[in-house]
Amino acid sequence: MPPKRAVITGLSLITPLGVGVEENWRKLLKGESGIGRITSFDPGGFSTQIGGEVKDFNYEDYMDKREARRMDRFAQFSVAAANMALTDAGLDLKELNPEEVAVMIGSGIGGISTWEEQHRIFLERGPNRVSPFFIPMLIANMGASNTAIALGATGPNYAIVSACASGAHSIGEALRLIREGRAKVVIAGGSEASITPLTLAGFCAMKALSTRNEEPEKASRPFDAKRDGFVLSEGAGVVIVEELEFAKKRGARIYGELIGYGMSCDAYHITAPEPNGRGAILCMESALQDAGISKEEVDYINAHGTSTQLNDITETIAIKSVFGERAYKIPISSTKSMIGHLLGAAGAVEFIVSLLCIRDNIVHPTINYEYPDPQCDLDYVPNKAREAKVNVILSNSFGFGGHNATLIARRFE
Amino acid sequence: MDIAERVRSIIAERLNVNPEEITLETTFEDLGADSLDVMDLIMELEQEFDLEIPDEDAENIRTIEDTINYIRSRIQSQ
Repeated sequence: MPPKRAVITGLSLITPLGVGVEENWRKLLKGESGIGRITSFDPGGFSTQIGGEVKDFNYEDYMDKREARRMDRFAQFSVAAANMALTDAGLDLKELNPEEVAVMIGSGIGGISTWEEQHRIFLERGPNRVSPFFIPMLIANMGASNTAIALGATGPNYAIVSACASGAHSIGEALRLIREGRAKVVIAGGSEASITPLTLAGFCAMKALSTRNEEPEKASRPFDAKRDGFVLSEGAGVVIVEELEFAKKRGARIYGELIGYGMSCDAYHITAPEPNGRGAILCMESALQDAGISKEEVDYINAHGTSTQLNDITETIAIKSVFGERAYKIPISSTKSMIGHLLGAAGAVEFIVSLLCIRDNIVHPTINYEYPDPQCDLDYVPNKAREAKVNVILSNSFGFGGHNATLIARRFE
Repeated sequence: MDIAERVRSIIAERLNVNPEEITLETTFEDLGADSLDVMDLIMELEQEFDLEIPDEDAENIRTIEDTINYIRSRIQSQ
């Protein structure tokens, strides 16, 4: 029996640009930045004082207050995004047996704001004052778990932790579950809410973040010669992945078919990418092979494009190595130029955005592209959205630890 | 606010229920609280009334009336 096919029928986005797919898409096409000075705490003493905060998220729109209080913000994002994606898909889970519904929602870090708060209580007031909700709010699988509880989804369920590739890996695993017939519907994506003092301090110590505090909206500038690091952001992206025949039978709208999933590891350094792009090349090639398509068919790449010196050079080298001369003809954009780096949610959010490129035959820009870097010489769709026939998209995600994931989707006709 | 009112308001707030739903006979279970909620409530009460509530005492507190009586007796014996 040939493997079953997986299509995407529902999308949701929670990002610094807003809550909801269409609001995000409109702003991404206009080239708006969602980055600003951090407001959830005073960032005064930090070398980086900017981030991409989700501003208009009201958990009470998606769950009751009591449920919400048992969840870290990242889990609240997961449950909210899952609900929005189901609504977008027009899918009533009552049409399925609960065990046919899987949830794969990853997170790079998990409930670190809960960790910091409870650790403070622990130090100030002793071990007997730590909340009984501390552990179930902290652990990174609780986005997936709370989503299943909220929806009664009893199928396969776990959370992938692969840093900034978590969201992409989660959607890739959804493809495998559908192909193997383990689920008919997979609610898949990533969620992150780690703009906290301790996290910021840690990323600052690594010199991984942009310090362009005076011009926050210009700080994330992937592939630009004056880039100086990524911008820490939060949010979530969730897709509804459905088995094709089930989706067709219920007359679902199909954003695209998920056809390829690549994975690899740099096996080189804890944070730096392998300088020749070895892991990234292997990852893109394995995705192309999994999709069973030729390199000629890819007509858009959503880059990992973090705005760090190393990533943007290495990713460029890798794309050139995989696509040869054709690399110069493929529009490549970095969503992070506008929303910053959503860590474990980034891969899911960027895959969703890429599906919108297919839907509307337009590619969003990489903003803040002002000074060309001779080492980054591809077409990054600088500053302005562009109409383009987009049938096949490839979306890259590379995480600290050398974890790489690539997703490929194709227009469904 | 007297003890009964303070207890009721903490429980209403923590469990997100209307204070009017809470009578003396109401149990934590009636309000949908699981064991983690009960632990959380006990800690909140300890904080509010500046008490240590040992586990063996906590196990015997089931209703709102139990809670109020227990706290009253502890405060009086201080």
